Amino acid sequence: MPEPAYGLIARFETPGSLMRAAEKVRDAGFRNWDCITPFPIHGLDGAMGLKRSIVPRISLCGGITGFCTGMSMIFYMDGYDYRLTVGGKPFFSPLFAFPVSYELTILFTAFATIIGMFVVNGLPMHYHPVLNYDQMRRASDDQFFLVIEATDGRYDLAETRAFLAQVGGLEITELEA
Amino acid sequence: MSHAADSHADTPAILQEVAPAVFPRAPMVGHGRSFSWITNKICSIVEGKTPVWWWWCFAVACFIASFTVAGIVYLVATGVGVWGHRSPVNWGWPIVNFVFWIGIGHAGTLISAILCLLRQKWRTSINRAAEAMTIFAVVCAGIFPVFHIGRVWYAWFLFPLPNSNYIWQNYRSPLEWDVFAVSTYGTVSVLFWYVGMIPDLASLRDRFAASGRKVRAWCYGFFAMGWRGSNRAWANYEMAYLILAGISTPLVLSVHTIVSFDFAVSLIPGWHTTIFPPYFVAGAIFSGFGMVLTLMLPLRAIYHLEDLITQYHIDCMCKIILATGTIVGYAYAMEFFIAWYGANPYEGFTFINRAFGPYAWSYWIMISCNVITPQFFWFKKIRENATLVWVLSLFVNVGMWFERFVIICTSLARDFLPSSWGYFSPTVVDIFTFFGTFGVFSVLFLLFIRFLPLMAMAEIKAVTPQADPHADGGHSDQVHPDGVFGGAPHA
Repeated sequence: MPEPAYGLIARFETPGSLMRAAEKVRDAGFRNWDCITPFPIHGLDGAMGLKRSIVPRISLCGGITGFCTGMSMIFYMDGYDYRLTVGGKPFFSPLFAFPVSYELTILFTAFATIIGMFVVNGLPMHYHPVLNYDQMRRASDDQFFLVIEATDGRYDLAETRAFLAQVGGLEITELEA
Repeated sequence: MSHAADSHADTPAILQEVAPAVFPRAPMVGHGRSFSWITNKICSIVEGKTPVWWWWCFAVACFIASFTVAGIVYLVATGVGVWGHRSPVNWGWPIVNFVFWIGIGHAGTLISAILCLLRQKWRTSINRAAEAMTIFAVVCAGIFPVFHIGRVWYAWFLFPLPNSNYIWQNYRSPLEWDVFAVSTYGTVSVLFWYVGMIPDLASLRDRFAASGRKVRAWCYGFFAMGWRGSNRAWANYEMAYLILAGISTPLVLSVHTIVSFDFAVSLIPGWHTTIFPPYFVAGAIFSGFGMVLTLMLPLRAIYHLEDLITQYHIDCMCKIILATGTIVGYAYAMEFFIAWYGANPYEGFTFINRAFGPYAWSYWIMISCNVITPQFFWFKKIRENATLVWVLSLFVNVGMWFERFVIICTSLARDFLPSSWGYFSPTVVDIFTFFGTFGVFSVLFLLFIRFLPLMAMAEIKAVTPQADPHADGGHSDQVHPDGVFGGAPHA
């Protein structure tokens, strides 16, 4: 039995033609599909019907963790574990603990954002069927691709191929898994 | 019809119809270059054979960097006494150099973060190199405080790590805030730089793979993390990028604010002023843009990047230098005014002493470089002369180094008690160590332009006219009701 295919990929020459095709694929009810573009196209998220990214929530958690870490660390060190009298200042005050907590807020937010982005995007993913396509080099250069995966409920090799041709896709190719 | 025409029906309307004025926008990429031209142009810098000039520059930069190595080896072997600072000027060149280099870095973050939030599309062709400049400047800056502490093998005492003394850091000191500010700044700058580079590393990976250079394809591919340009990934990526820009903005402002607290929180006349944070931030951006021009103008000429760094880009940078330079000039004037208006005799003396005392020479170098030099950028003719802009940018760099010298040395050399006055002179070791950091910086920057994409290709492509999905005729419907733009810095 031959290996089942990953899906169908079609090439588009301009951002506009990809966007119009994406709207039709979205409206046809496909779920497991994607656009491959060399740069983010303004409005394509809407054309694909994507929801707002959840990365900001992860960032917020990181930021809150960072601020609390800063405040509690300084309280523990200077206000509890080893109280040191310096210049008659209080052992702990949120005022002088603020700059360090502020920096840690930013540091933790940055890590949370980047790690969150990687996790949500499933990176690193050094093997992917799309990366095996011999035209992929163009996708990080100047061409635009649309992939419909075989796992999609509406996927049917002949019908989907005809559909992609109808929405303007060029060189429609079956991808190996 | 306008309202005025309705109320005076018998008088003719001034305008037949009211339409918003159309202002022509400067193109971000000259000559309407295509996507593949941009990819080829930038990738060819990495893919081509190493040019001869690069080897020459690299050799010279390594030689200059060896001065820092020699200076530091001698210092560590002998002790910090080999540097010129001693009572009363205990913060001599090392701290001057630290603030100078940190300030240089700030333009990189300004370009990548603040201009991103302000939707300034012209940032795209200079942000990558400016961010690289930031990171390398922070590396150079970090050398000085680390060795200034005296016993460098105890540098880890700066961080809250448990130690055998069972004692913790003093978080009431701005110097400890500085440790966190600068290390956060360095870390976040590296992360921001790297995340911005992922799509371009993927481009390089694909090109090296296509041309059969497997080792390099593997190396770039490793750092590209398997990026494949999926729009589902782009949505999260752009949101992450926007958040990084959003947090880097308060970060860059806070870092130089905290650096200025090192001075402003003390009681030394000339340091103890509330104007320091904004004044330091403006000065940092001023010097950083000076350095961006110093670096980018030669690269533009060598690699023929005139279509990517257009005259419009140079104009924008010159205008920012003009604006921030004028803010700095205003701050100098305001310091004098407050010294007089505040009626504090010590502060009044400090400022008279700055302009007319033993360090008057450095004060007037600072004023001429920082206040007078940028004023040339009012003139279009000067902004269009790349050689002249480059020379003026060097003056900005020199002036900002002297600003830090004036602030640190004049205030300390003449404080409250005349019996403890002194005069600071650098030693050969000071000069070697500082001179060498330009080599360290150049070595790192040369490696960057050789091995990494000099410009953010994906971002440049996104601001070209052909990247607009409506460019080739209308599209069929409006934004999908469920679809919310996942944060688009390239709007």
